[in-house]
Formats: sequence, C-alpha cells, structure tokens
Amino acid sequence: MTRLAVPKTYKLYIGGKFPRSESGRTYEVSAPDGRFLANAALASRKDARDAVVAARAAVSGWAGATAYNRGQVLYRIAELLEGRRAQFVSEIEETEGVSRAVAAAQVDEAIDRWVWYAGWADKFAQVAGNANPVAGPYFNLSVPEPTGVVAIVAPQDSSLLGLVSAVAPALVAGNPVVVVASERFPLSAISLAEVLATSDVPGGVVNVLTGSPAEIAPWLASHADVNAIDLVGAGALDWIALEIDAADTLKRVLRPENGPDAAAPALGRIQAFTETKTVWHTKSLR
Amino acid sequence: MPAPVNAGTALATARERALAVLGGEPDDQTLGRYLHGIPGVDAVGLEQRAAALGTRSIKTTSKAWALDRIIELIDLTTLEGADTPGKVRSLVAKALTPDASDPATPRVAAVCVYGDMVPFAVEALGAAHGDPDDGLISVAAVATAFPSGRSSLAIKLADTAEAVAAGADEIDMVIDRGAFLAGRYGEVFDQIVAVKEACRRPDGTSASLKVILETGELVTYDNVRRASWLAILAGGDFIKTSTGKVSPAATLPVTLLMLEVVRDWHRLTGHRVGVKPAGGIRSSKDAIKYLVTVAETVGEEWLVPHLFRFGASSLLNDVLLQRQKLTSGHYSGADYVTID
Repeated sequence: MTRLAVPKTYKLYIGGKFPRSESGRTYEVSAPDGRFLANAALASRKDARDAVVAARAAVSGWAGATAYNRGQVLYRIAELLEGRRAQFVSEIEETEGVSRAVAAAQVDEAIDRWVWYAGWADKFAQVAGNANPVAGPYFNLSVPEPTGVVAIVAPQDSSLLGLVSAVAPALVAGNPVVVVASERFPLSAISLAEVLATSDVPGGVVNVLTGSPAEIAPWLASHADVNAIDLVGAGALDWIALEIDAADTLKRVLRPENGPDAAAPALGRIQAFTETKTVWHTKSLR
Repeated sequence: MPAPVNAGTALATARERALAVLGGEPDDQTLGRYLHGIPGVDAVGLEQRAAALGTRSIKTTSKAWALDRIIELIDLTTLEGADTPGKVRSLVAKALTPDASDPATPRVAAVCVYGDMVPFAVEALGAAHGDPDDGLISVAAVATAFPSGRSSLAIKLADTAEAVAAGADEIDMVIDRGAFLAGRYGEVFDQIVAVKEACRRPDGTSASLKVILETGELVTYDNVRRASWLAILAGGDFIKTSTGKVSPAATLPVTLLMLEVVRDWHRLTGHRVGVKPAGGIRSSKDAIKYLVTVAETVGEEWLVPHLFRFGASSLLNDVLLQRQKLTSGHYSGADYVTID
C-alpha cells in the first residue's frame, strides 16, 4: 500500500511561535532543476514589524543572562543540530542541488561554527574589554555591552552555514536578532528555527523571516526600534540606500560580503554589535 | 465638565426622569422589579457582535483621523500608590505636549489622578485647565474610596467634596459592588445621587460624574446591564467600565453592552450619557475597535470628549508611535516617545 505524502508547511518564526505570514502570502521553493519542493511563507513588512516587537521584548532577558549561560544555550543549539544532522543534510542536498558529501560538509561546518561562537560568549569581553590606565587611584574599565535588536540579511547563496555565520555572532554578545533568510534557500532556516524553538533559546531572541530581502530590508533598515543591521547578504540589493536609511536612526551597519568566505568566523563580528561602556571605580588606597 | 448648567435643575430633572421611568420611588423593591424586568443579555450574540465590529480594517486617512481622535478622547491616568507631585506634573506635561517631535499632535481630554493630587494637576495645567471641548484639559479625580469603594458614605462624600473643592472638573466614583451584588439597589442608587450632590460647587455649577461599575466584579453581562441602568437612572453623566485595578478590566463586549444601554436611554429620554472604557486598552488597534463600536452603536456624534473617553496610560504612547509611523513612513520605537 502506498502512503500519502505528508509535506511540511514552512512558516515564519516570530517570538518563539511559528505563524504564517500575516499577509497570507507564500512562494514556491524549487530545487535547482526546477522541481517543486515546498511553499514557504512570503513575509511582509508587518511580519518584520512583529518580529522587531518580539525581539525588543526579548532584549532584557537575553542581554541580562550571564555570558556563561548564553554560552551554554548556544552550545546546546549545536548539540541539537548534531541530532538532526540527517534532516539538514538532505534538505540542503535537495534545495541547493549539491552532493550529499558537500551538504554534509556544510552542516558540519555550521555546527562547528555554533560551537566556536558559543565558546566566545564568556570570553570575548575579556579580549574586547580593557582596564584603561588612568592618572588617579581608580580602575577604569571598558566593557562591551550588547547594542540591542540586530536585523540581519543572511547570505543569500547558502542554506545553513551563511545563516549561522551571521546569526551566531550577534547572539553571542546578547543581542536578539531578526533575520531575513536566503530567498532561494529558506527551508533550512525554518528547520533551524525548529531547533531553536526546542532548545533553551528564549522566544523572541531569534526571529526568522522568509521571503524577499528586497521587500523587507528597507523596513528593517529604517525601523527606529532596530539598533543595528547586518547587510552581509544584501550585496545584490541597493545596500547603499539601506545604509542611508539606517543612518537616520544611527544604526550600526555591517556591509555586504560576497563569496564563499562571506561572514567568516571572526571576533570582529561579535564586537560589531556591542557598545563600549566605560566605568570608573575607586581603588583601595592601601 | 464645568458646563454652565444649573446643577439644581439638572438634578431635579434627573430625579424626575428616574421617577418617570421607574414609576415609583427608587427603593430596593421598585429598582429590583425594574432592573430584573430588563431582558437578559444574549451573551453569545453580544460577543459575536463585538468580535465582528473588531474586524473592521481602518487604514490611511481614516486611521490618521482615528489616531488623533483617540488622543483627544484619552483620560491620561496615573493611579498608583507611588504617585508624587512630580509624577503628576510630568503626566500633565505629557498631556499638554504628547509628542514633542510633532506640535500638530492634539492634546488629551483630561488627566485622571487621585483626589489628593488634584491641586498639583490644576497648578501644572495653569491656563490650559478647562473644558476639552474648548481644546483645554480637564482634571478628573477618582473618589469614594477608590478602587474598592469600601467605606462609609460620609467618607465617600468628603472624598468627593474635597476633590471638587481642589478644582476637579470630573469625579470618577466607584459603586458599592457589595451592595449591588447583594441586591441593595436602593443603597447604590442613593449613594450615586448623594455623590452627584457632593459634586456641586458653591457657584451652582457641578463637576461631571463618572460612575465606575467595575464590570470585572459584576460577573455576568446581565449584572453589567442592570448596573448601567442603575447608574444612569441615578444621574451619572458617564458610565465607566472599570477602575483598572481588577482583571478583566474593559473589554469590547462589555463596552458594547454599556453603549447599548446608553443608546436605549437616549431613545427613551432624549438624554445623552457618556461611556468610558478604562483599563487594559493598550494598543491603537484595540482603541480603534472601540471607536468603531461607538460609531456603530450610538453614532459618531458620541465620539466627543463629553460623551466618550478612554481611561488609559500606556495607550497614548502606542498611538503616538502609530502616528509617527504614518507621518514618517517608517516604524518608530519606544525610544522616540517619553516614558510616562
């Protein structure tokens, strides 16, 4: 007897829930050979708005968690990714049309990158911060603090690795993110959201939108409640206009990167979404 | 409202109206017979109607109009144990200039404070103190042992008279829910009449009286309908859903039900009574649903400060954010409005 196929509904991930787009729109995701794979939600500006609201609500909890705790939570994501390795491999194989080995290599790389960034969570402040020498009996300490809600246009030519490479560093410092996934390869992004939803990441810390970056990015760039925007995957868009929009509300901006090394792991990506807080504290006089 | 109405005649007519409608003295028996003779509420129908009214899509110019009108109908409220004169002054500053980045933003209708904070509100408002119909801002005070209403009548009346003497234009009183639920309707009626009397000023004018039913404690829609009739019969100028201290506070079905009573009363007597949902209305989207409900139930002429108010504090900021979105074309954030 043949079984009826049970295809998966790919929805958005906002505030720890999986809603459909408020617009009700979807778009077809096809394999490189033109074969239909799935319908993905086509997020609208209002979904982006809702995602920013969810991310804003998550700021105090995520930024307020201890660095050690954030590291544990991020590491747990890597653990769960490992458990669903097979699903991601076959998803990437289908959507990107690559061999099983290439897909597996991408998943491994993505998992390793989570682990690498998770390790930085309680260490980057020691490297990025400083005890400044001052003329007086004071400690003068500069410490990196999270900047707030970070919007990300994920690399467009990779399913999982690009997304992870852009999202993880922003999370490490304690920033909730709103990420617009790859338009062509959105399925792994939603599967990653399922991993996040069942891990220890609080709802709203990661919000995943699928759809057209060209449509959504301008709304995020001009949104007054977004503190920084990572345009790493916006190379094909009019990213200079996005940067100008972002300047109106004094956002931190990371510019597009192209090629296979886009969003390569670096301490700089973590520091990009931090603000330096400098405090004075009296020294003991003896 | 400091409307130049002779309170003596207004009261007399209110009493005459009540006697004519009730067909007897407003004692427990007559009121009980009358209120229990009112048909019961179709709860499912009521909630369905409210839900249907909440689905209207209000966009662009209509939305801009609605947002400005919502601001003009807000009683900007602070009712905390921790209220200080400074907090009241900052509330008044917000009432006068809701959005410093846009001078075209309308002012709110009133500030609503505890009775002992009235002098600070009056002082802070200065020349801007007056009738919201003239573009000025009223001072509303909660009285009668707000929010529980559990004290003797003498204390409630003193509470009211003190607030009026300090310059309050509107008094938000709470009914004695205990007496109402125990069926002592005459007592509730008499208290409202007595408080209304305490709202009179020496010059013959009278502060406007809002009667808080605290619908969250009345349990059933039937009780809300009865309490609405009771408050209107006793001469309340406004009926108000809640204190904001009890959950659930204002809901759309309850407000719709109260508006229906106001509509029926207007048809019966030609007299207009105001409605004030208060508590729990935090988003512009919700507030717009209330505007639609008012317009569809009693008519657009009710969307004026002396017939409809929102009791709210955080609602104003959300409306301002929506307003900024409409003017600037991009989404705004909480950093661009004042904190209370």
